[in-house]
Amino acid sequence: MTANSRHKSRAPRPDDGEEKDYVGFATLPNQVHRKSVKKGFDFTLMVAGESGLGKSTLVNSLFLTDLHKDRKLLNAEERISQTVEITKHTVDIEEKGVKLKLTIVDTPGFGDAVNNTECWRPVTDYIDQQFEQYFRDESGLNRKNIQDNRVHCCLYFIPPFGHGLRPVDIEFIKALQDRVSVVPLIAKADCLMPSEVKRLKEQLREEIDKYGIKIYQFPDCDSDEDEEFKRQDKELKESTPFAVIGSNTVVEARGQRVRGRLYPWGIVEVENPSHCDFVKLRTMLIRTHMHDLKDITSDCHYENYRAQCIQSMTSRMNADKRVESPVPVPVLPLPTPDAETEKLIRLKDDELRRMQQMLQKMQQQMHEQDL
Amino acid sequence: MASSDVARQPDKGTRPLSLAGHVGFDSLPDQLVNKSVCQGFCFNILCIGETGIGKSTLMDTLFNTNFENFESSHFEPQVKLRAQTYDLQESTVRLRLTVVNTVGFGDQMNKQESYQPVVDYIDRQFESYLQEELKIKRSLHNYHDSRVHACLYFISPSGHSLKSLDLVTMKKLDSKVNIIPVIAKADTISKTELHKFKIKIMSELVSNGVQIYQFPLDDETVSKVNTTMNGHLPFAVVGSTEEVCVGNKMVKARQYPWGVVQVENENHCDFVKLREMLICVNMEDLREQTHTRHYELYRRCKLEEMGFKDTDPECKPVSLQQTYEAKRQEFLVELQKREDEMRQMFVQRVKEKEAELKEAERELQSRFEQLKRLHAEEKAALEEKKRLLDDDQSSFSKRRAAAQLLQAQSLTANGKKDKDRKNSGFM
Repeated sequence: MTANSRHKSRAPRPDDGEEKDYVGFATLPNQVHRKSVKKGFDFTLMVAGESGLGKSTLVNSLFLTDLHKDRKLLNAEERISQTVEITKHTVDIEEKGVKLKLTIVDTPGFGDAVNNTECWRPVTDYIDQQFEQYFRDESGLNRKNIQDNRVHCCLYFIPPFGHGLRPVDIEFIKALQDRVSVVPLIAKADCLMPSEVKRLKEQLREEIDKYGIKIYQFPDCDSDEDEEFKRQDKELKESTPFAVIGSNTVVEARGQRVRGRLYPWGIVEVENPSHCDFVKLRTMLIRTHMHDLKDITSDCHYENYRAQCIQSMTSRMNADKRVESPVPVPVLPLPTPDAETEKLIRLKDDELRRMQQMLQKMQQQMHEQDL
Repeated sequence: MASSDVARQPDKGTRPLSLAGHVGFDSLPDQLVNKSVCQGFCFNILCIGETGIGKSTLMDTLFNTNFENFESSHFEPQVKLRAQTYDLQESTVRLRLTVVNTVGFGDQMNKQESYQPVVDYIDRQFESYLQEELKIKRSLHNYHDSRVHACLYFISPSGHSLKSLDLVTMKKLDSKVNIIPVIAKADTISKTELHKFKIKIMSELVSNGVQIYQFPLDDETVSKVNTTMNGHLPFAVVGSTEEVCVGNKMVKARQYPWGVVQVENENHCDFVKLREMLICVNMEDLREQTHTRHYELYRRCKLEEMGFKDTDPECKPVSLQQTYEAKRQEFLVELQKREDEMRQMFVQRVKEKEAELKEAERELQSRFEQLKRLHAEEKAALEEKKRLLDDDQSSFSKRRAAAQLLQAQSLTANGKKDKDRKNSGFM
C-alpha cells in the first residue's frame, strides 16, 4: 500500500459555474475542516538517539514549549550498563482554535551503555504494543472512544562528529523501518561548516541507499501544482537528511529577539534557513506533512502489522484444529495478558509445530525403511 | 633521557663548602643540553577518540604540518591502533614524533573490549624497553624509545557528561600513561554550557578515582602558569588546517555562516593553552613521568610476576644475582622432578599393558581348552551312536539271513512234500 494521494484543500466557490448546475457538494472540504477542528488532532512523535545530541532541545524549539521541566540526567558511571527506557510526555496545545494533543516518546539510554547489542528491542516492543492495543480496540465491541497511541513519526538523531552512519544507527533504523516512519536528522549541526554539511548529507544518502534503509519519503507532488510549490518540494527533498540546531534560549540578533545560540564568534539563529534546516523540518513535520505521516502509519505500517497478526493467528488455528476454511475467520482477540506472555505462548507454539513436523518426518523415514 | 630527578637530600656525612671563586661547573646543564640537542628528542603521543572526532586534524594543527591521514570507516569490527613516526625540526632542535591513533574506537555495538588493544599496545612498548634494559649487551642510549609519553583522550561534546565508554577506558589507562582529556569539536558548545560541562567532567573523573595528568607544580618558574592551566582542564579545542582571512591576516579558522571560529584565539577555544602546556612547557616532564612513574610501575609488576623480590622471607635484601640463581635451581629441580614423574608413569603404563596382554592370553588359552573338550565330548557321543547303529545293522542283517534261510528251507520242504504227494499219488 502506498500513500501517494494527497488531499487538496481548495476553497470552494459556490457561485462559480451556472446556477442550474450547482449542487453544493463543493462545500465538503469546509465541512471536513469544521468537523476536524471540533474533534481535535493527536500526534505521537518519537525521538531517538544517543544522549547529548540535543533531542529535548529540538523538541522544545519545534513546539515552542518546555516539555522537560526537571530532568535527571544520569552520570557516566550509571550509564555503563543502562537499559533503554521509554518515557512519554503528553501535552495539549492550541493554535487558532485547532487543538493538538501531542505525545512525545523519548528513549533515554539508547546507545549509552558500553554494550549496546539489541538496544532497540524496548523501542520496537513499545511500538508493537501500541499497534496491538489499537488492534484490540478496533476489533472490540464498543469503539466509541478509541485512543490512537500509535507512533506516527520517529526522529532519529545522527551525531555530526563522525563520517556517516555507524553500526548502531543502521541496526536501529532497520529494526524500525517497517513499523514507523523514520526521519533521520543530523543533530548539533553548528559544528559543521557548509561544505562539511553538504558532504555529510551526500555520504548519508549514499549509505542509506547502500544498506537498503527505508526512511520516510516525501510524497511526490501532483503535476498540476504551481511551479513555486514544485520548486519548494524539490528543494525539500534534496536537503534531506535535515541538519538541525535547537535552542532553549532567546537571544538578541540584528535588532530582533530570536531563538538562537550565543557564541563568542557569532550568533546561530535557529530559524535562519542559511544557518540550518530547522525551518524546513518544522514545515515538513508540522505544517505540511503531519497528516501524511499519520496516514502512512495507519494505512501502511498498521495494516501490515494487522495482516501479520491475523495470519499468524489463523495459521495457528489451522494447525490446531486442522480445519481448512477458504476465508480466514477473523478471530476476536481474547482479553489476553500482556505482550510478554503472548510472546512466550507464540514461541511455544512454534516449538510445538516444529516438533510435530520432526515427528512426521521421522515417521515417514521409518515407513520408507520398512518398505 | 633526563637523569633521575630526585631532590638532593643533605647527606649527613658531607659538609657544604663555599667557593672562593668561579670554578665553572655551572655549565653542566648547558653541556647536558648540547648533548641532548645533538642526540635529538623523541616524543610519542597516543590519541584516543571516536571515529571522525578530529584527532588527525588536531595533530596537524598542533604541529603545523600535514601528516598523511586516512579517513577511517565506522565499520571496523575491532579497535586497532595505527602508529606513524615523523622527523620534525624547529630551529636546531630535532624531534622524532610518533603519533598513534585509534581506529574504530567507539563504533562497535559491544564496546566492552574496546580498551584492550590500547592497553596491549602500551604494555608492548613497556615490555620492549624492559627487554632492552635486561639484556646483557644493551644499547640504551641508541634505543628508540617508543613508550607512550602522553595520551590525548578526545571527549565528545555532548554537553552533559562523560560517556560510559570514556569512563571505563580512562580508568583502565590512568596507571599506565599520562592522560590529558580534551573536549573535541568545542565550537558546538557555548561558553556557559562549556563551564558546566568542564565541572561535570572533572567531578565525574574525581568521583570515579581516575587520575589524569596534572601539570607539575614543583618548579617555581612554571608552577604559576601550570596551576592556572590545571584549573582549565579539560581543554576545549577546535582544530583546523584551513586558513581564513580575518582583519588583514590569514589565520587558522573555521568559517561558518554566522561567524568565524579562530583556532588561536584564546577567547574562542583552549587550543593555545593546550599547545603551550603540551609542547612548550611540559613535554620533558611528560617524558620523565612516563619513565619514572608508569614504566617503573610496569617493571615492578612484571618482575614480581616472574618471582623476583627485593627482600627474601627473612626481610634481608636479596640481590638480583641470588634471585637468578635461586630461580634457576628451582627450575632445574622442577625439570628433574617432572622427568622422573614421566619416567615412572611410562614404566607403570608398560607394566599395565603387559598384565593386560597376559590376561588376554590366558583367557584365550582357557577358551581353547574348553572348546577342545567340547569337541572331544561330541566326538565320543557320535562314536557311541555309530556303534549302536552298527550293532543294529548287524543284528538286522543276521535276522534277515536267518529269515532267508528259513524261507529257503520251507520252500525245499514244501517241494519235497509235493513231490511226496505226487509220488504217493501214483502209487
